[in-house]
Amino acid sequence: MRASLHSAVAGLGLAIAIASGATAAEVAPADVKFTEDNTVEASLTGTPGDPAKGREVFADRRLGNCLACHANTDMKDQLFHGDVGPSLDGVASRWNEVQLRAILVDSKKVFTDATVMPGFYTLNVGINVREESVGKTIISAQDVEDVVAYLATLKE
Amino acid sequence: MNKYLKIAAAAVACATVLGVGGLMADPINETLTIDGQEMVSRTKAPEGHPFDEVYSGWLFRTEETRALQTDTFNNPAMLGVEVGEAIWNTVDGKEGKSCASCHGDAAESMKGIGASYPKWDKDANRPINIELQINKCRENNMGAEPYPFDKGGQKELTAYIKHQSLGTPVKIDLSQGELQSWWDKGKELYYTRNGQLNLACSNCHEDLMGKMIRADHLSQGQINGFPTYRLKSGGLVSVHNRFRGCIRDVRASFPKAFSDELMALEVYVTWRGTGLSVETPGVRQ
Repeated sequence: MRASLHSAVAGLGLAIAIASGATAAEVAPADVKFTEDNTVEASLTGTPGDPAKGREVFADRRLGNCLACHANTDMKDQLFHGDVGPSLDGVASRWNEVQLRAILVDSKKVFTDATVMPGFYTLNVGINVREESVGKTIISAQDVEDVVAYLATLKE
Repeated sequence: MNKYLKIAAAAVACATVLGVGGLMADPINETLTIDGQEMVSRTKAPEGHPFDEVYSGWLFRTEETRALQTDTFNNPAMLGVEVGEAIWNTVDGKEGKSCASCHGDAAESMKGIGASYPKWDKDANRPINIELQINKCRENNMGAEPYPFDKGGQKELTAYIKHQSLGTPVKIDLSQGELQSWWDKGKELYYTRNGQLNLACSNCHEDLMGKMIRADHLSQGQINGFPTYRLKSGGLVSVHNRFRGCIRDVRASFPKAFSDELMALEVYVTWRGTGLSVETPGVRQ
């Protein structure tokens, strides 16, 4: 690749990064690398996760909606936590960040296809996806990083 | 097995033990009686069914919601059923007929009928449900326009007709025409993962039956109470509306009402409730 094209691409990347609030280093869903131990080692964005934002994504019914299936004592002010998945109390004492990232990105790679947990940053989804969601992930790469940072605060 | 997978497996096993032990997971052990008439709300599943027992959705609802269905005077859906009765007796279309002109007293002519639908429709060469049977009658015998989906009294008249089978156990005859192949297709759809959330009907209503999604207690997804009253929307809801709502919730594009896909699903899901009493109109959350 010529130097001028390099800088043009880099410039475009920067422009997109500024426009969307994401970074140029953002990893596309199909490019997320899982290790043999079912971990995702590298940050999806290069920007450290913000636990406060992650807490919001966790609770937001249009984003993580995690309480639909998981109980979380840290959110006991909200009624009716689901019990489809395990309680997330102390989750950071059971899983480390690179494991949590892998589970959030595509839980089926960690727990097998039998799990009902949706993959939140994957395009490996069901048939007949509604038009507005085609080619899109449930949450963004930075949302994943923020939720990982939030979950890391839930220690026993 | 690597160490992380081992931890995962241990966590899943632990969650399973906790889930099974939780009392909240179980449907209530009560008998539904409506105006003193005992309903079959829990019965042995038909051969080939994934469950040993089939449960009415009534068993999964709160005490307050359950109480609304035990007395037709308190059942908010009965207003809709009364509207359906009025439609039954009202002349419509070029032929100057009402339903009653040919079928007389629905309490006699429609008794038990709703428990055996969908049936095979030779003319259309596909399954027919109550809604489509009404439309067929309107077009062929009354000289009236078919009802658009969920409109014009379709839900109310369907509820009125099915209410005449209150208490009758659901039993469809899969040997009619090609109904069995539609059952096969419906079963395939039931177990197919859909949409961005990547879920099949079976994930929630078979694998997770008895679990809570927020405040929603996951039932077997039985349709013996449809059209049913939903407190959430404050009105009667048809089976195909509910199918479409579930498919929408997993962020999939949903098929048209009465499409081949949803008719196949209705045949299969109706079979999954074999033996349960028709409860129409049910009351749900």
